[in-house]
Amino acid sequence: MTQQIDHGVLRFLTCGSVDDGKSTLIGRLLYDSKAILADALQAIERTSARRGHSQVDLSLLTDGLQAEREQGITIDVAYRYFATGTRKYILADAPGHEQYTRNMVTAASTADLAILLIDARKGLLRQTRRHLALAHILGIRHLVVAVNKMDLVAYDQARFEAIRSEVEAFAASLGVAHLTFIPISALEGDLIVDRGERLDWYEGPTLLEFLEAVELEDPRQGRPFRFPVQGVLRPHQDFRGYTGRIASGRIEAGEEVVVLPSGRRTRVKALWLGTLPLSEAFAGQSVTVELEDDLDISRGDLIAGPSQAPVPTQRLEAELFWLSETPWNPARKYLFRHTSRETRAHLQGTAQRLDLDTLTRHAAPSLALNDIATLAVQLQHPVVVEAYATDRATGAFILVDEATQATVAAGLVR
Amino acid sequence: MPPTLHAEPKPRTKDQGPRTRLTHLDWLEAEAIHILREVAGQAANPALLFSGGKDSLVLLRLAEKAFRPGRFPFPLLHIDTGHNYPEVIAFRDQRAAELGERLLVRGLEDSIARGSIQLRRADESRNRHQSVTLLEAIAEFQFDALIGGARRDEEKARAKERIFSFRDAFGQWDPKAQRPELWDLYNARIAPGEHIRAFPISNWTELDVWQYIEREGLELPAIYFAHEREVVVKPGGLLMPVTELTPAKPGERVERRFVRFRTVGDIPCTAPVASTARTVAEILVETATTDLTERGATRLDDQTSEASMEQRKREGYF
Ligand SMILES: Nc1nc2c(ncn2[C@@H]2O[C@H](COP(=O)(O)OP(=O)(O)OP(=O)(O)O)[C@@H](O)[C@H]2O)c(=O)[nH]1
Repeated sequence: MTQQIDHGVLRFLTCGSVDDGKSTLIGRLLYDSKAILADALQAIERTSARRGHSQVDLSLLTDGLQAEREQGITIDVAYRYFATGTRKYILADAPGHEQYTRNMVTAASTADLAILLIDARKGLLRQTRRHLALAHILGIRHLVVAVNKMDLVAYDQARFEAIRSEVEAFAASLGVAHLTFIPISALEGDLIVDRGERLDWYEGPTLLEFLEAVELEDPRQGRPFRFPVQGVLRPHQDFRGYTGRIASGRIEAGEEVVVLPSGRRTRVKALWLGTLPLSEAFAGQSVTVELEDDLDISRGDLIAGPSQAPVPTQRLEAELFWLSETPWNPARKYLFRHTSRETRAHLQGTAQRLDLDTLTRHAAPSLALNDIATLAVQLQHPVVVEAYATDRATGAFILVDEATQATVAAGLVR
Repeated sequence: MPPTLHAEPKPRTKDQGPRTRLTHLDWLEAEAIHILREVAGQAANPALLFSGGKDSLVLLRLAEKAFRPGRFPFPLLHIDTGHNYPEVIAFRDQRAAELGERLLVRGLEDSIARGSIQLRRADESRNRHQSVTLLEAIAEFQFDALIGGARRDEEKARAKERIFSFRDAFGQWDPKAQRPELWDLYNARIAPGEHIRAFPISNWTELDVWQYIEREGLELPAIYFAHEREVVVKPGGLLMPVTELTPAKPGERVERRFVRFRTVGDIPCTAPVASTARTVAEILVETATTDLTERGATRLDDQTSEASMEQRKREGYF
């Protein structure tokens, strides 16, 4: 990775129906990109032999669901890592069964890209439709449809095109504008890392070529400056620095900012990364900001660019994902955590539950694990939010049950 | 005054336009700093686990970037098995002193004296017993969050662990009851007696760690670099260092080999690898071309079963 251009980190997830070949695909990606080291490979060779397989079962590399069950290991989102010459990849491996919507949502929340697997023999299944809808709601910018098991349909282009049309029609109904389609065979390794010869009619990039080239220019960079304050550094009389990670936009020393919710205005005096002064900083960076005036600013405040600054509010509409085994209790108050801010929330109104299969909504008296619904949220103190569709960082929140301290829901500001 | 940090990559010239993309190391660093600051913002009484090993040295550099020119909002804590290489312990003390930060050390010896740890054999691996002393230290100081340098690429069970990982009153991790962790919204809330373990470099690989050590010019204990050492070559190829704690058994042949350590832990369960790498740059070349995982190559206690780490973590192991 030394002399080449460094394209940073790509976070992605793989999803699809059971047995579409997700584990095999991940194993193939890791194996062909040489992220699997010999001892790990030996371990799966042993297991494959013990189970009587003639060739190495690459799906074992990722603890395929079956293996997890056999060993009594917990089924949960697991993270895998590999790198190519120019980029580091963080892969969130979310088990695909229906009851694991929670895992999918968790994995999707941090992903820039999703690979949706489809079995070429079966076409678009219910579970895959749900995953595509979830990926869209969670604002994943790049969606790749990998049509797998092409070896089992004789690498037939017509079959691939038929699936493409089917998926495109469904995606259009969701409002998804752009999808990339790649025919693959995870088992044979066609068009994953190596091109192979059996899919010559396909002229686009291999899956890994696509991952390497996909433009990560972050839309947050073009947005106004947003800086949730995580803490205050005050080592001595002459220094007061506000710490945080820039959520959106960029900033330079000397620029004007507004502090929210107070609305006071001031200018940036200096920017620091530790003790290193910076002339500018941008979304994604963790920095320390010094301001010209001594204002009363603490953890949970937002320092923002002066134009288009969001208005503090105590009421918002949200799309909620219920993640707890304990259903929503309308009588309860929940802790509302948004950026670095915490306050109490009361969920109000009638939940409009989304049916992921029909994409229609129905009034629901309660919310249970894996339910998705819109609700009104009333807050004890004002928060500074934006729509999730506008900004993933200032539009996302979680709810915590104060009795158990567990995270019970995730929310997107509408 | 804290020591000054190493320079960032070269300043950008005007015609390159504004820089808006983070390199992979910048990204990992920014994420880790954010996590450290969340621990400081949410926990009332955190501590950072510091062993003198490479991952925890990376954590210290990240903490400098997160909190300087202030002091760290937590002390450093080392659980000393009493079976560490002396040069690592010396390095640990020196680094803490250079930073001017408070270092707390609690030893397994004290737990053994109290009877809370009972060894079956005097020379057995003490790795597993660390959890007892750690939990005793947590109770003694009333820590509510511990920052550790574990990485998800180390092992299958870790690959599933949250960045903010909840521990019950017995210090146990319940993989079936993990809190959902979305976006960068972490939940460090606990009831009294429980605690959180936070892992800022969860998303780093061994290669990332070495690249960061190189970029930042971090100093490391000497045993990370190739040196000549007496070892016994075990069947299967693992190199067992010959020390007072781990003398050669009758019939074993002691050889002198050039080796380095990829991890530094309890002496009886940490093996070095054959190496000629004397600099971080040379280690990077070896790391990029190795075909053994860090644990597979070096840990004598993880091999028994693929599920062994998940088991140990349930018991409160780091
Ligand atoms: N012929 C063929 N078989 C494949 C291909 N990809 C996967 N398979 C097989 O399909 C079956 C399911 O694959 P997995 O990778 O375990 O599927 P999965 O989607 O991960 O399923 P879960 O782990 O249950 O979620 C296995 O028997 C694979 O060997 C492919 O490209 N061609």
